[in-house]
Amino acid sequence: MGFEKFLFYCFAAITVAAAVMVITRRNPVHAVLWMVVAFVSSAALWLLLEAEFLGIVLVLVYVGAVMVLFLFVVMMLDIDIATLRAGFIKYLPVGALVATVMLVEIVLIVGPGNFGLDAFPAPPAAGVEVNNTHDLGMMLYTVYVYPFELAAVILLVAIVAAIRLTLRHRIDTKFIDPARQVAVRKGPDRIRIVKMPAVVEAETQE
Amino acid sequence: MIELWNMLPLVIQILLKIIAIVLPLLGLVAYYTLAERKVIGYMQVRIGPNRVGWRGSLQPIADAVKLMMKEIVLPAKADKTLFLIAPLISLTPALAAWAVFPFDAGLVLADIHAGLLYILALTSLGVYGIIIAGWASNSKYALLGAMRSAAQIVAYEIAMGFALVGVLVAAGSLNLGEIVAAQSGNVFTWFWLPLLPLFGVYVISGVAETNRAPFDVAEGESEIVAGFHVEYSGMAFAVFFLAEYANMILISALTAILFMGGWLSPLPQAWVSGVFLLDDGFHWLLLKTFFFMFLFLWLRATFPRYRYDQIMRLGWKVFIPITIVWILVVAVGVVAKMPPWWSA
Repeated sequence: MGFEKFLFYCFAAITVAAAVMVITRRNPVHAVLWMVVAFVSSAALWLLLEAEFLGIVLVLVYVGAVMVLFLFVVMMLDIDIATLRAGFIKYLPVGALVATVMLVEIVLIVGPGNFGLDAFPAPPAAGVEVNNTHDLGMMLYTVYVYPFELAAVILLVAIVAAIRLTLRHRIDTKFIDPARQVAVRKGPDRIRIVKMPAVVEAETQE
Repeated sequence: MIELWNMLPLVIQILLKIIAIVLPLLGLVAYYTLAERKVIGYMQVRIGPNRVGWRGSLQPIADAVKLMMKEIVLPAKADKTLFLIAPLISLTPALAAWAVFPFDAGLVLADIHAGLLYILALTSLGVYGIIIAGWASNSKYALLGAMRSAAQIVAYEIAMGFALVGVLVAAGSLNLGEIVAAQSGNVFTWFWLPLLPLFGVYVISGVAETNRAPFDVAEGESEIVAGFHVEYSGMAFAVFFLAEYANMILISALTAILFMGGWLSPLPQAWVSGVFLLDDGFHWLLLKTFFFMFLFLWLRATFPRYRYDQIMRLGWKVFIPITIVWILVVAVGVVAKMPPWWSA
């Protein structure tokens, strides 16, 4: 248990420090990269909780896909940091108030009274033969199959809506359709071979 | 000997195993670069490197020494920290992914249940090295290369992930050792046959994922000089190079494991059991891996570079629909217990 505790405090410290860096960095690209660090170290925390599937999927989905797209967008932004920070003092009291209210709410719900070790004692360590992925899959596709499918359909609706928004064409743009381009064949699309009789009789080589 | 090994602390044992994997891997990377120059040379009716050592056999070492002696130039307005850690970020996942890779039955560093998922997660991290390099260089060519690379890798990762879903449906496991075990029989019970479309999609997506020709628009020297690593020199450049080749070897080895039966012999076990070199073993895995590594070079010497919008079309509009349809086909096959793959 000693080494595991040491690992937990290491990764917990990295997660908290990275999260602080996310909100204090002025450069948005640095902030996104610190967020990646926070995600990876929380994945390590999940691994310590023996939730290997969740830990790996956190890296795969959030770090491998979502944050790449974030970085993709943030890198293209030309943000004037000075104007962004201009209203800092003005908005500080309101921000502090909202933050305090949220903190109190979180402590009331997930504080030691409700989620302490008395209410939820640490479960006994499962052996290495427990297959996390398999168990989770069985639960999702049997007991929770309706909520799971419902969530999938909601995501599908969001995808369709987002893609529909991009489907607008201006008539005057010279839009290239690569599918039609690669479908072009030598004949009869690009060249036409015309048969014609010889105009001058060919000279015979001697 | 065994007692001596067991006396070592666990950490030392694991470290020695890691060294036993990484050192041969880096040696293979070094000689893969030589093989590439030689193979492409002969394909283009040239000789390739032939001055350093016997028929150029010491060329990779000469290259390494040259790159180490060179100055690492830092662009004036580059983000220095990110500029220097970007090559490491691209190399680390390429090496760490080997942790769950089985080299023979039971011969694996970390035999975890979700091995395939782990590899998919780590290979998806490699793109950060390229994006960070492109942004930190503060150069327009580098940024363009990084953008192209990010869009391409995200697109092909989906096709690749779906191809892997097909494999895990067919094998019923995420553990690489069990995936190989599920293919046991002979050459026709390996997954390349029932998963043929996914096999093709996986190999081509693998080429696209590693930014290799004909999908190397991220480097595209005729358009954007050298893409994301245009500002890199010396060892920093060499580490990018290492990462690219380590990734190619990883994809080749994974293709061998997932679709070509890994270390299994192509002949039925009843014929070859105990026969020297024909029986299952590491040498078969090596042979299959070398074939796919050769395929990477062959493709590079054969095809001209794809145009960027056509790469996107291939990934999103061709590969993803193919994989989705074939996952359904495989699922029906598994449920119907179609012989010879799923009859047991």
